[in-house]
Amino acid sequence: MSGTGTALQDTPHAPGTGALLEVEDLRTSFASPRGEVGAVNGVSLSIQRGRTLGIVGESGSGKSVLSRSIMGLLPPTATRTGRIGFEGMDLSEWTDSRYRDLWGTEMAMIFQDPMTALNPVMRIGRQITESLRFHLDMDRSTAQETAVELLRSVRIPEPEKRFRSYPHEMSGGMRQRVVIAVALACGPKLLFADEPTTALDVTVQAQVLDLLAEQQRDRFMAMILVTHDLGVVAGRAHEIAVMYAGRVVERAPTAELFANMKMPYTEALLAAIPKLADPPHTRLAAIGGLPPDLVDPPPGCPFAPRCPYARERCHRERPELVAVDGNPEHQYACHYPVDSPETIEIKDRMIAQQMIEDPSAPVSPPVIGGSDGR
Amino acid sequence: MSDYGDVTRAPRDPSHDEAATQGVGLAPSLVAGVEAVGVPVGDAEPQAAPGARRRKIGIMAWLAIIWLVTMLLLAILAPVLPIPDPTETFPEIARQGPSSGHILGGDALGRDLLSRIIWGGRASFAVGFGAVALGMFIGGFLGLVTGFFRGRVDTILTPLMSLLLAIPQFVLALSLVTVLASAEDVSSARRIGVVIVGLGVVSIPILGRITRANTLAWSEREFVTAARAMGAKSFRIMFRDVLPNVVPAMLSIALLGVGVAIIAEGGLSVFGVGVQLPTPSWGNIIAEARGQLRQAPHIVLFTSIVLFLTVLSLNFLGDVVSQRFEVREGQL
Repeated sequence: MSGTGTALQDTPHAPGTGALLEVEDLRTSFASPRGEVGAVNGVSLSIQRGRTLGIVGESGSGKSVLSRSIMGLLPPTATRTGRIGFEGMDLSEWTDSRYRDLWGTEMAMIFQDPMTALNPVMRIGRQITESLRFHLDMDRSTAQETAVELLRSVRIPEPEKRFRSYPHEMSGGMRQRVVIAVALACGPKLLFADEPTTALDVTVQAQVLDLLAEQQRDRFMAMILVTHDLGVVAGRAHEIAVMYAGRVVERAPTAELFANMKMPYTEALLAAIPKLADPPHTRLAAIGGLPPDLVDPPPGCPFAPRCPYARERCHRERPELVAVDGNPEHQYACHYPVDSPETIEIKDRMIAQQMIEDPSAPVSPPVIGGSDGR
Repeated sequence: MSDYGDVTRAPRDPSHDEAATQGVGLAPSLVAGVEAVGVPVGDAEPQAAPGARRRKIGIMAWLAIIWLVTMLLLAILAPVLPIPDPTETFPEIARQGPSSGHILGGDALGRDLLSRIIWGGRASFAVGFGAVALGMFIGGFLGLVTGFFRGRVDTILTPLMSLLLAIPQFVLALSLVTVLASAEDVSSARRIGVVIVGLGVVSIPILGRITRANTLAWSEREFVTAARAMGAKSFRIMFRDVLPNVVPAMLSIALLGVGVAIIAEGGLSVFGVGVQLPTPSWGNIIAEARGQLRQAPHIVLFTSIVLFLTVLSLNFLGDVVSQRFEVREGQL
């Protein structure tokens, strides 16, 4: 288990630049009547300024808890262990009062639901100027000008007028822009975007994501983009970490991940995205079963109970994160990755089975692989 | 109310596609949509559109406000109004009904009833607002702190408030006032103070509970976490982010509470521990005259009408506040 930490730590960075954030073997658990719920189970990651790390996983995979753990925004029932290095400081033992100096100015977070992330009885201008005046000691008029500029930079039309609006006078997309403006106000170095577009219309999603990417470039921030949608991070993250049951199960630079995915879970996530090329009324691909019980996780690979390629070894022995031969940046935790002979054999058998059952159906593997396996 | 139905349903009518799509989003566009359809031909008022509905509080609420403002003004201006002193006696009007010089007549001792009701309003309002203000400050603060921080503060303070709630409220107020006012030299102003404290203590757990419940709900909202994530301090979040959202609920209960406190003072007067005669309060005027219901029913009648309308108005305003509060929350 501890091997996961060391394996990832060895990830080389671009020469000359140290990581802004380095997390090692982070574990977060919640006390519950049934016992400890391990929401994050030994995650290690690092990110440099100016880079975007996408964290992908389904509901309950621990991705939101992971970002809140790093940021120190956990409820009192949570226990957190592991090392969190941020700009050379070790935050792992920090209390709220020490963290408060980082919140807003060093790290900030964009929340999932813009409907609830803004105070309904405060004008949006005030919600931005509050932190400007508090953290950056600006006077009223400077803060106001800065806030209007921020609103303009997140593409709010008529920012001077909108400055005086209440949240309920704006649409969801507008509100999410305001949430972004609030988070960016004090120039954080690290930005967490926790499913920033989940609550938005698909048409607005792209705009908000592009805005985030643009701000991240302009401000040279590090951004951790948490989402359940591989499509969201596909073009926007430099690197992607796929999480399952509180662990990173595959991690690679974006292009490498899509070209050469190893983990059946990653493959299944990708298959779950509906494709425009699919004929109408195609059944949506879903991953059968449920994520494992985090109070009492299975001894082997946590994905094994749902994995179509799982073998006996998968149920018995937990795979560690290992690097792909010749590419230390790409790591995965799987005994039989999608391009292993064992898995290909099962895939072929499944296709054959399908053809026997319904010879007229177009030939498609039950789980569509990235580049191979057909 | 029925005219709202006409107007809000109209844009959804499929035969008016254009107006329907226009009217879905914002209130102004809905108004525009309604005008385009031309629905409010005769009976429906144009301001009945949702946007305006929020600002419209209804004729009854306005009557309530007018009544309360009049009563408050009379009470405040009592010393400068051209009315006789409330303790001055006119033997010829004792137990007499309305007459030309004394429009509400006189009480058992021949004091001008109009003057006593107006002056009585001073004591009654002082007790009502004073007690609730006390309850709102202390109870509101306790509710806010326990609901926001939870943890140890909550486990200690909330049972204490429940304990206070478990004691019959009138008995609690009665014993508090009796104990606090035991000294012989109690002046009338101090006596009012004692009644305020007695009734205020009773209202602390009530307002505390309401505040705590609402604080618990609002503290779960993401914008509270967002404020924390922006580095705001706990007390700042509590007062700036949570409190303004909780105030409407507190206010609607507090308005009801003012009415209850005014009536409770009357109850205390019956036991002889309310506002002390000869200083009048609505409660003690009624309590004093209850023996003469047969001979001089007008004393109890007029005072009760004033008391009744005032409490009714307060309840009405409380409802209006809570309704408006619901509308706003529903929009989010």
